[in-house]
Amino acid sequence: MFERLADTFFNWQIMGQYFPKIVEGFFLTIELALAVVVAGIATGLLLAIVRAFRIGVVNFLIVAAVDVLRALPPLVIIIMFYFALPTVGVRMSAFVATWLALALVLAAFAEEIFWAGILAVPRGQWEAARSTGLSFLQTLRFVVLPQAVRITIPPLTNRTIAITKGTALGAVVAVGEILYQAQSAYSFSYNPSPLTLGAIAYLVLFLPVVYLGRWVETRFAWKR
Amino acid sequence: MSHDQAAILEVRGLHKSFGSLEVLKGVDLVVRPRELVFVIGPSGSGKSTLLRCCNRLEEPNAGSIRIEGVDILAPRVDINAVRQRIGMVFQSFNLYPHLNALGNVTLALRKVAGKPREQAEAAAMQALARVGLAEKAKSYPNELSGGQQQRVAIARAIALEPVVMLFDEPTSALDPELVGSVLAVMRELRESGMTMVVVSHEMRFARSAADRVIFMDHGRILEEGPPAQLFNAPDHPRIREFIASIEH
Ligand SMILES: Nc1ncnc2c1ncn2[C@@H]1O[C@H](COP(=O)(O)OP(=O)(O)O)[C@@H](O)[C@H]1O
Ligand SMILES: [Mg+2]
Repeated sequence: MFERLADTFFNWQIMGQYFPKIVEGFFLTIELALAVVVAGIATGLLLAIVRAFRIGVVNFLIVAAVDVLRALPPLVIIIMFYFALPTVGVRMSAFVATWLALALVLAAFAEEIFWAGILAVPRGQWEAARSTGLSFLQTLRFVVLPQAVRITIPPLTNRTIAITKGTALGAVVAVGEILYQAQSAYSFSYNPSPLTLGAIAYLVLFLPVVYLGRWVETRFAWKR
Repeated sequence: MSHDQAAILEVRGLHKSFGSLEVLKGVDLVVRPRELVFVIGPSGSGKSTLLRCCNRLEEPNAGSIRIEGVDILAPRVDINAVRQRIGMVFQSFNLYPHLNALGNVTLALRKVAGKPREQAEAAAMQALARVGLAEKAKSYPNELSGGQQQRVAIARAIALEPVVMLFDEPTSALDPELVGSVLAVMRELRESGMTMVVVSHEMRFARSAADRVIFMDHGRILEEGPPAQLFNAPDHPRIREFIASIEH
């Protein structure tokens, strides 16, 4: 019984055989995740800054886009980008479709989180800074954002982890990340051991990130 | 339009409304060099709004405001340059919590006055020394008492070498035992010749330090005069009542 279990999920020979593929997927996942995080957070911050100017039409558009992106399941966005957009002549690789979809979703959540952070900075901070002659942008940059970002870091870290795990959705459109490699190895070998290997790869990748998130959360717990 | 050449701050016919609520109903105020003008009046009479119009934290609806003869409501005025010359101190200190005392004072010196770091820090240390807090330069606001925070806030304003300082109830948020240290700094400023407008309930300070006291009521100046006159023999019984209510 135990032997059967071991042979099914921990078949060393099959694991060894597909190990290089999983490693390949591992690095592609890292690449994809980093690209999503950088683009998503930068765009989210930029949108929150634009929103701080409180230009009616612009803010309406930002809020509308953000709501749509937060409401749609990321997989739906990926599939639309990869399968639907080509019918109107916009083509992108599976990697780009996945990256763009996840980056946009992260940007939407990050914008909301940064915006909440900006709003949480008391009005008196703006007034004190403006009263010394700092411009709107200088006040935002040197007074408001440093405080807003600090409030923002714990929720943003959690959200970022959740969305980067969505890189596994790339498997659906054949991006060669961990899950895709594990799944195709499984279908070639008729043995689930590559899936075990894939799960281990995810743990190796994301457990440290989860620990980092926890550390960040305590480190930046608001002290005044 | 004629205006008082000798005035540091000259407010004429100032009107300000919030929606349908008219908060300032034509205020005239002239502050001359080295003068300390004290503003009192019931809560909601428009004292804060008057100060906040003077550096355009609020935009007036009508009237004129001149700083050293320059109309600061003119359409093409560089308001950030103007604000550098008008120091403001708030009831709630409003220090930047993510910067230490030195950082709080240095920020505008660097970004607005454009001083290089070393010069800015030297000027900031001088300002901190002036409020008696040179040794607290590296302390963060949450490590300072309310009185110390307010003195850092004063240092932040005076470091920019303003031509006039506006104080909006600078001691109202302080525990009674800390009020004296802030008033002492304000007294020193006054003695060094700073032009000041002070909204406060510290009547004893007003009696000894103010050149002139202004009583505001319902968005208007009801009466003004030297402290002895306004406190001891005001024309309006309302003022007598008000003063009795806070001096008890
Ligand atoms: N930003 C604002 N929006 C609406 N009403 C305001 C605002 N600021 C002040 N007011 C109102 O204006 C009146 C005068 O306020 P204020 O100048 O703060 O009075 P004071 O400082 O004399 O207590 C009050 O009735 C207050 O509620
Ligand atoms: Mg007030």
